[in-house]
Amino acid sequence: MALSAPEISTSGAQRYAGRWTHAIARRAFVPMTSEQVQELLTGHAVRLAQALAAEEFSAEPAREVGRALVEANLTEPDTLGWSLRALTEHLVDDVVPGLALPDQAARLTRLQAALAEGFAWALRDRTFAQQERISRSAWEARNEAEQALRDSEARFRAVFSGAAIGIGIGDLTGQIVDVNQSFADMLGYSRDELRELNVSTLFHDGDAPGIWELYEDLIEGKRDRVRIEKRYFRKDGSELWTDLAVTLIRHDDGRPRFTVAMVQDITERYALQQRLRFQALHDPLTGLPNRTLFFERLEAVLQDREHDRRVGVCFLDLDGFKAINDALGHDVGDQLLIVVARRLAEAGAGAGHLVARMGGDEFVILVEDVDEEGTAIEVAESALRAVADPVYIGANQLAVSASVGVVDRFVTEGTAADLMKAADTTLYWAKAEGGRGRWARYDPERAAREATSTALAAALPAALARDEFVVEYQPIVSLGNGGMRAVEALIRWQHPTLGLLSPDQFIGLAEETGLIIRLGQWVLERSCAEAGRWHKEFPRARLMVSVNLSARQVSDPEIVDQVAGALRHSGLPPDLLQLELTESALMAPGGEPVRALRRLASTGVRLAIDDFGTGYSNLAYLRQLPIHTLKLAGPFVDGMRAQDPASVVAERIVDALVRLAHALGLSVTAESVETLEQVERLTALGCDSGQGRHFGTPAAPATIAELLRSAEMPGG
Amino acid sequence: MLGRDHEPSDIERRRTMEQSRALPTEVDLSRPSAARVYDYFLGGAHNFEIDRQLAQQIAAMTPNLADTMRAGRAFLRRAVAELTRLGVDQYLDIGSGIPTVGNVHEVAQGINPKARIVYVDIDPVAVAHSRSILEDNPLTAVIQADVRDPAHILSEARETGLLDFTKPIGVLLAGIVHFVPDSDDPDRLMAALRDAVPPGSYLVISHSTYEDQPQEMLDAQKLSARTATEITLRSKAQVSAYFGDWELLEPGVVHMPLWRPDSPDDVDDQPERFGAFGGVARKPAAG
Repeated sequence: MALSAPEISTSGAQRYAGRWTHAIARRAFVPMTSEQVQELLTGHAVRLAQALAAEEFSAEPAREVGRALVEANLTEPDTLGWSLRALTEHLVDDVVPGLALPDQAARLTRLQAALAEGFAWALRDRTFAQQERISRSAWEARNEAEQALRDSEARFRAVFSGAAIGIGIGDLTGQIVDVNQSFADMLGYSRDELRELNVSTLFHDGDAPGIWELYEDLIEGKRDRVRIEKRYFRKDGSELWTDLAVTLIRHDDGRPRFTVAMVQDITERYALQQRLRFQALHDPLTGLPNRTLFFERLEAVLQDREHDRRVGVCFLDLDGFKAINDALGHDVGDQLLIVVARRLAEAGAGAGHLVARMGGDEFVILVEDVDEEGTAIEVAESALRAVADPVYIGANQLAVSASVGVVDRFVTEGTAADLMKAADTTLYWAKAEGGRGRWARYDPERAAREATSTALAAALPAALARDEFVVEYQPIVSLGNGGMRAVEALIRWQHPTLGLLSPDQFIGLAEETGLIIRLGQWVLERSCAEAGRWHKEFPRARLMVSVNLSARQVSDPEIVDQVAGALRHSGLPPDLLQLELTESALMAPGGEPVRALRRLASTGVRLAIDDFGTGYSNLAYLRQLPIHTLKLAGPFVDGMRAQDPASVVAERIVDALVRLAHALGLSVTAESVETLEQVERLTALGCDSGQGRHFGTPAAPATIAELLRSAEMPGG
Repeated sequence: MLGRDHEPSDIERRRTMEQSRALPTEVDLSRPSAARVYDYFLGGAHNFEIDRQLAQQIAAMTPNLADTMRAGRAFLRRAVAELTRLGVDQYLDIGSGIPTVGNVHEVAQGINPKARIVYVDIDPVAVAHSRSILEDNPLTAVIQADVRDPAHILSEARETGLLDFTKPIGVLLAGIVHFVPDSDDPDRLMAALRDAVPPGSYLVISHSTYEDQPQEMLDAQKLSARTATEITLRSKAQVSAYFGDWELLEPGVVHMPLWRPDSPDDVDDQPERFGAFGGVARKPAAG
């Protein structure tokens, strides 16, 4: 036992720990409250004091305290300094006041040494441990990243090698760095062979324009992705069509790094597309381009408006093809079309013209550049020659011909539809000119005229319905006493925009369209009604109305009923109606008009031959007809002029005609009488009546009524 | 048939992000790491020469900085202890760094041994380190994620199975939000995190500030650009806004040492010298 056993002062230990805490706690991060730190250090102070005062001295507790400081994270070097100093300066006074051991100084020194050793060892161990741990963590993190990278690479490799689509990687010089097996298989090379190649060797003159520029844009970084359909040639020279997507891979800073190409073999699809496209644009029978392709090409030519370019179209149609089809059957007809198509194609192909089948037996030749002198006509003529050679089909030798409508114009003149309409019209002209193997060239003025006529013809029925027609009456005057014996009813069209149209501007159209029947009937009824009123008002004048009948009306079975109806409705006596017919209406074959004329004559109406002498009258035949009057055509009267040597001839002809008429018991009316001199001569020749400007121009019904009224007045 | 010019779509951008998640961030040991510099300031040896060089440079300019970091660590300790005593038993610690002594799980599990903690850090080395020290602790998990991608953090956190998102969670953002530049819209990120947890959850934030700070503190900020991330100092108002409409616990957003000190003696004469605000708030009941 020690001589004295000084007490460990608890409050002293706390005081000591308080100083300690104050000195070091803020020096380091301690995951404890200050109280907890002080409590911990109080314990250390007690242990240090006990070690100092122990009967059998051991510095080991100080070593443990040093270690404990580190474990509590009190690791700042200042901590150690303060802890060592405090041992000599405060421990005895604070914790074991009055302790006085002989070897006390040595003991304190040994405690200091042990605490420092424990601190240093622990700090060294901790540092090693932490360094090792952080290094290991760094390596683990790095390994993990690398492993992930390797996994990623392995996945990529699996995709790359297993993909059904071809994948190729090229550097910026175009050198192929790697390709997968699919790519190699598609192109028929080995992977090693492809890795020797440069991308540029896979481009060809036949590639779509701009492909190489796209690739250059890509490797220059101007674009990130290109997708095209591209043709390659396999090692064996065969064609490979691909859907190719090339992607630019960049460095982190954006610089181009390499390219990745993904290639899909679409050869079959492409071939199918081509076949479908061909089918869509070609005629299955002849293999010629069809109208779709023709119009595509024509449109393209018409788009080229920069130059003073003329384009020509020859629209060709076989003559009498329907008859061949009907007589020999469609098989022969088809064979014929095939032969014609081949010949036309051969004729056109040499000059680079597109020959297309428009349908049926219609073909068209597109002449992309023509001059105004008629290059297109040469093409048409060579086409006609090509068709003209006899065609042998089986046992049949066919003589074939065609007609061609030729149109050539500047590309700026109208659309493709206009052009084809013109070609169609022109083909019709060529056909209408009669005969076979003809061509016609488009004439814009003729077309314009025809267009006007067509428009008028189309407007006729509505005009009739809207009552746009009027009838004017021209006096026919007796050469004997100068009295007005008759008026000729002349139809006029009061057109809403074109003004008053004369009969020669629309009667022909009405005859073509058949409207002449209704129009003629209307004139007949209107004239009879007018004449009926005159007759009621001026019965003594016995004014006759003379109405023109067209050939079609004459052959209309209804005509007799119509005339009778008009007379009945108007109350006009039949002998005050004269019907004027042209020679051609009378001379129609079949005898029908003659029967109709006899029935008409039997109703009591008078019949006149209009424009007599202009047709080919059969004078013998004339005798058999129930005719009352001849109207001498204008040219005979025109010819009767003073001081004209030819007028002697004209006068003799008129003389002969008048005699002839009188011999047949017919009266004669001279048309186009314009001068007093003509009146005198016609009178001298015995002509019965006259009509023309000299006696009065066609006039409204009111004017005629006025004339009748003044004639009735005494001395009139 | 030509493809359109390539513009990366949102989908492609997203895919790029996913790829970067699938692959750990590149491990570049030639650059200092914020987590390891932090560790150095806390007296740890989990750091390399490059980290210590930077730490010493920063320390030479701002002698207070080590104190700031210790104060930040102490604030976190006090906040976690407080929340655990209030009954919170699950934590999402975003920006946990290298867990030296006094980590969240030590503090929380010291009070409630059943407390669960999910640590989140972007630094792969810090994550690897955390995993190595936590491998024996089944109530903790470590995920590598970026604070700027809250959706990723939340989905990964759910996947750990440790956190019950129907019960209050302590979301810890100690010394991390100042690494998010304004261009990454920290308000939006904070809102996403607040929305992800149920009422009764807590948000703990400490954040560096320029308010009341000497020039050297502001200069030190520039040095931080040499770690992988730069620090953005913000005002008290900005930091307060990160709590949204949550109810701030007393004493509100304050200089860190002033937040519920263990004892009045612990409060420095100049609490603002630590250059950072701390605060804790509670998510109110819905409605």
